[in-house]
Amino acid sequence: MAVKLIPSAADRRLLDESRGTRAMTWIMAIMLFLTVLAGALGLGTRSAAVSLDRQLAGRLTVQIVVPEAAVREKQAAAALRALRGLPDVKRAAAVDRAELTALLRPWLGSDGMDPDLPIPAMIDVDLAPATDASVARAAAAVRAVAPAARIDRQESWMAPVSTFMGMITSLAGALVLLMAAATAAVVILAARAGLDTHRDTIQVLHMLGSTDIQVSRLFQRRIALDTLIGGLIGTAMACALILLVGMQLGAIGSDLLSGVALSPRDWTLLLLLPVLFALLATLAARVAVTAALSKIL
Amino acid sequence: MANIVQFENVGLRYGTGQETLSDVSFTLASGAFYFLTGSSGAGKTSLLKLLYLAQRPTRGLIRLFGEDAVTLPRKRLPGFRRRIGVVFQDFRLVPHLSAFDNIALPLRVSGVPESDIEVPVREMLAWVGLTDRATAKPPTLSGGEQQRVAIARAVISRPEILVADEPTGNVDPDMAERLLHLFHSLNRLGTTVVVATHDFHLLGRIPGAHMMRLDGGRLLDPTGSLRFPPVQDD
Repeated sequence: MAVKLIPSAADRRLLDESRGTRAMTWIMAIMLFLTVLAGALGLGTRSAAVSLDRQLAGRLTVQIVVPEAAVREKQAAAALRALRGLPDVKRAAAVDRAELTALLRPWLGSDGMDPDLPIPAMIDVDLAPATDASVARAAAAVRAVAPAARIDRQESWMAPVSTFMGMITSLAGALVLLMAAATAAVVILAARAGLDTHRDTIQVLHMLGSTDIQVSRLFQRRIALDTLIGGLIGTAMACALILLVGMQLGAIGSDLLSGVALSPRDWTLLLLLPVLFALLATLAARVAVTAALSKIL
Repeated sequence: MANIVQFENVGLRYGTGQETLSDVSFTLASGAFYFLTGSSGAGKTSLLKLLYLAQRPTRGLIRLFGEDAVTLPRKRLPGFRRRIGVVFQDFRLVPHLSAFDNIALPLRVSGVPESDIEVPVREMLAWVGLTDRATAKPPTLSGGEQQRVAIARAVISRPEILVADEPTGNVDPDMAERLLHLFHSLNRLGTTVVVATHDFHLLGRIPGAHMMRLDGGRLLDPTGSLRFPPVQDD
């Protein structure tokens, strides 16, 4: 029963493990299953928010809203030329009338095909760098040739979505922390219950000269092992579910949802969770057991 | 012989009741053999608990191995306890461990490598006549067998003091004498032995043994002068 990292078979026999129901393993499997899902939600949403920000930052839509078709086309062509002449503009492209018609079809039906319908001319612009100054320069260049043009930054449309995604990320982070706290609480309760169950054995060990550290290591090892095994089971199940959901999201074909993808770094973090929880459980068990033993002579 | 234990005006009280032990003063000489006698409730077990550091006195001085055991910091207790072998009245064997593992426990607690445990435990099993019961667990052992496992566990690490609380209480007279002989063998190797018993037949069996007698929590013979004569061979 010497203090060592890997216990001998004799040390493992000291606490009667046949009496336990190993419920702890399954509790930890459930805890880690939920924690990994919450972590994946947070990391995936954060990744989607970053991807959305990257996509929308510096993207402008220019609308030339002039009733006369000829004037509208002329101003659109001039605005396109003016934009392409600016150094900050990485790309400027007129949105095809057919594409606009297709976008409007859900609202206008086949009426959108009517050539007399005054649909605004639109230009998609990508700026690099996407600063307020570069946006102002692009707006000035457009308004010089099309005074009635409307210039919209796409990121302003998506600001509520970004805020929502940030909130989901924070919520997921808070959930992970709550699960860690709940795990520590479960471990402390399990350690105290274990001390009660093995009170007689512990008294004998004390009388034979065992130190508190030696006794607490018996519990630490057992709880760490239960947490690790349960954690690995829970993490494996959660990862399988995440992969399944990821495949479903990919099949939807949404630009926004396709951003909800986990990077290798995210996967590494998720796979580290059972190890981190086992370490947390070890620490909690040690604190609980040594605190309880310190009250005995 | 130097004194290994010294009690001076020791008192012990549980809760707010009367003192279980009052003004107990005595010394134990290193390597000597002592019987502690007294009727039930006289305070024998309480005195032994003070001796094997399961209890602190409410007053008085206890010196153990030359150090003050009353104010000894808690973290130093394990080191002291490893120098004391205890045979508990109720054996206190670990029920899910085999006889072998129960006997090996003090060695494992002290960090003896597994490779150095097998031989001494087998020797000890043979010494107490339980070679063929090595793998048996305490619930399957008879009272006498459990007693012998408890004794083997107490002596395997060659303690400086052996404390035994009614060690012959659950065995037949033949076995009681045999166990006493085991204690005597250990005593001859230098261990100070303290045996609490109210079996007066045993008292004359150890040549040169001292007797301490407790009555109502007070030691009647603090000087240890009631030395028994060497046993006469029949």
